Amino acid sequence: MSAAATPPPEDLFGYAIPGPPPAGYRSHGRLEHVLRTGRFAVTAELNPPDSADPWEVYERAAVLSEVVDAINATDASGANVHMSSVGICALLTRDDLAPVLQVSCRDRNRIAIQGDVLGAAAMGVANVLCLSGDSVGVGDQPEAKPVFDFDCMSALETLRMMRDEAKFLSGRKLTEAPKIFLGAAINPFVPPYDFRPRRLAKKIAAGADFVQSNYCFDIDILREYMKRVVDMGLHETCFILIGVGPLASPKAGRWIRANVPGVHIPDAVIERLEAAEKPKNESKKMTVEFIQQIREIEGIHGVHVMAYRQEEMVADIVIESGALDGRKKAQIGIAGLRAQQERRMESIRKRRAAAEAQAKPSTKVD
Amino acid sequence: MYAVRKWSVTHARGLNRFYTLFEKAVVGFAPLFRAIGYDRLERPVAAVEHGEKSLLIDCQMCGQCALSSTGMSCPMNCPKSIRNGPCGGVRPNGMCEVKPEMRCVWVEAWRGAGTMGEAPIMEVQPAIDQSLKGRSSWLKVAREKSAAGEAE
Repeated sequence: MSAAATPPPEDLFGYAIPGPPPAGYRSHGRLEHVLRTGRFAVTAELNPPDSADPWEVYERAAVLSEVVDAINATDASGANVHMSSVGICALLTRDDLAPVLQVSCRDRNRIAIQGDVLGAAAMGVANVLCLSGDSVGVGDQPEAKPVFDFDCMSALETLRMMRDEAKFLSGRKLTEAPKIFLGAAINPFVPPYDFRPRRLAKKIAAGADFVQSNYCFDIDILREYMKRVVDMGLHETCFILIGVGPLASPKAGRWIRANVPGVHIPDAVIERLEAAEKPKNESKKMTVEFIQQIREIEGIHGVHVMAYRQEEMVADIVIESGALDGRKKAQIGIAGLRAQQERRMESIRKRRAAAEAQAKPSTKVD
Repeated sequence: MYAVRKWSVTHARGLNRFYTLFEKAVVGFAPLFRAIGYDRLERPVAAVEHGEKSLLIDCQMCGQCALSSTGMSCPMNCPKSIRNGPCGGVRPNGMCEVKPEMRCVWVEAWRGAGTMGEAPIMEVQPAIDQSLKGRSSWLKVAREKSAAGEAE
């Protein structure tokens, strides 16, 4: 990967490099900086609340923020309605956290997508992940109209045009281009396997600077895929992050395998959980092992941790895996992290109480 | 028709050759089309095109045919109308995530590409122009290619 000229700072800054993006950078974001300075990046998914309460977002982010370089704000994943990605990004940037805006082509046409990305960039969002999106049929509202005006590739091409040429798809000029690090999704674990590396090549051609994969539970398939990717030299033009995550139980594993599109879980994984006394702990241990094995594979630049409704596990997994080596955060250990998380939670609770106290008198006045 | 659609992918190379020759003929007729008027021709030609392509590939009349880059498997039959597939939801047996009874359009495209060579399927297809839906792709090619030929 083309390494940056700037030397890595001792510790990581907040969510953004102060000032404009350094030479050779697409964005001012922390994720891009970590990747370009050759460190192993860690991102995680924030499960969006079914709520209009901002504190639910902050509390979930607090658990993740100490151990990740960026937080993915999912966009109605699985076609289930939750708080929007743009909304979550707005909250996270207010709290100096680094979100990845997820843009699914299922719910919005090109007019909405281009506008949302401009707005997100204006709020300080530095990373945008383009997805085609799960079909409405798998979600909680299958009666909805699927949009699919763009697909992930045309979304990438359009956002790259906005960034690099400072214009909309129509050719109309932007007075300020969005400085965004562009991402896409990969799934090496579903057919047609031999086309998957080529599809990554197409996504890179369309503008992907980084990719995040779906859940990896099968290292053998990943190794095959990465061998091909490295042969094609794709790891030199795009940062590759592999998705991992714990399963709550063997039953959850079976359910996900049967009902969530694109998640491949080999029998061996489920059998191992079934044989374990404490399946949840075993699953955590297995995720740590996966991260360690993934790091050994040539061409991989980071991991993306997805812990559905188990965010509190992410910090343990990341620290135990050693993925943050060389960073101060990793040296303080789990206890230190817990303390930091607790301080953050305490500050969130205080701010929440203050906000609520302020809100009360005004309702009395009315 | 699903069976015929699969036959078309199996014979992607031959079909592509036929379409390449056919396209040349269509472009050759461009002066005649212009004399009659493209607008006047739009409806009858689109109807014929729809009939022929419906039979062979379950054409959805997107008006901007990409078949030669998609192994003769029409991407508009993808329930997500992904023109640069396949998505990450393909089932382990190669069937569609949304319609389990249908083989993934892009698994089929990759099969068709196997007979046609890899280069065309590696082209990134641009965003679809929704305003062309229902219009004739043949007339569009005739109009554009003959204009490009004259410009040279």
